[in-house]
Amino acid sequence: MTRGTTVKLLYFAWVREKVGRAEEAVELAEGVETVADLVAWIKSRGPEYAAAFERHDVIRAAVDRRHVQPSASIRGAREIAFFPPVTGG
Amino acid sequence: MAVRVQREDFDAGAEVRRLTAERTDIGAVVTFTGLVRSEAKGQPVSTMTLEHYPGMTEEELRRVEEEARTRWPLQASLVIHRTGALEPGDNIVLVVTASAHRQAAFAAAEFLMDYLKTRAPFWKKETGPGGAGRWVDARDSDERALERWR
Repeated sequence: MTRGTTVKLLYFAWVREKVGRAEEAVELAEGVETVADLVAWIKSRGPEYAAAFERHDVIRAAVDRRHVQPSASIRGAREIAFFPPVTGG
Repeated sequence: MAVRVQREDFDAGAEVRRLTAERTDIGAVVTFTGLVRSEAKGQPVSTMTLEHYPGMTEEELRRVEEEARTRWPLQASLVIHRTGALEPGDNIVLVVTASAHRQAAFAAAEFLMDYLKTRAPFWKKETGPGGAGRWVDARDSDERALERWR
């Protein structure tokens, strides 16, 4: 991923509440290639992020509106969402 | 084939009549309606608020619906899911499947609900009479329910 790539991050349910916002545009740091890299980077951004992503093993992710695993690449992604396991129905 | 995400209530009977109107190829219609209960894990529930991921919700429901249609010969299907603040007794979700015979309609309805519960990006928050809200935890049993479709 080249420097200067901007993506939209979305947060839902208790992830949103803990982060304190529903969405934001961020410029990705160099070397952030996968969802897991992104989570580690987000956790370093401040105490609210560290708290929100403390249980990062239970948080799910979607890249451009598709469910993905932590190992998934975020190359070229426009929209990345983080949320707890879904509870609809 | 339709997917709707809406705040408004739905009328299951009216939806079935619309789906089957002027058709004579449908021999079986199955409907499933999910409702808000007044109690969850022994705790009273006065409001259930449903949050979702606009855009992804509709796309994910359509993917699940398409998958159902590759597995069973469905003449029609419909998924309606409500969002926002709901009260005990309110409708949450409607799944309708129509086929020539009952087996496909029953199986497809169960499949749609099982996948919806584990894939569609909805989150429930329950609020009790005291006003304290709590996010509903996902159930392992919902994930296990998928295994029979693999």
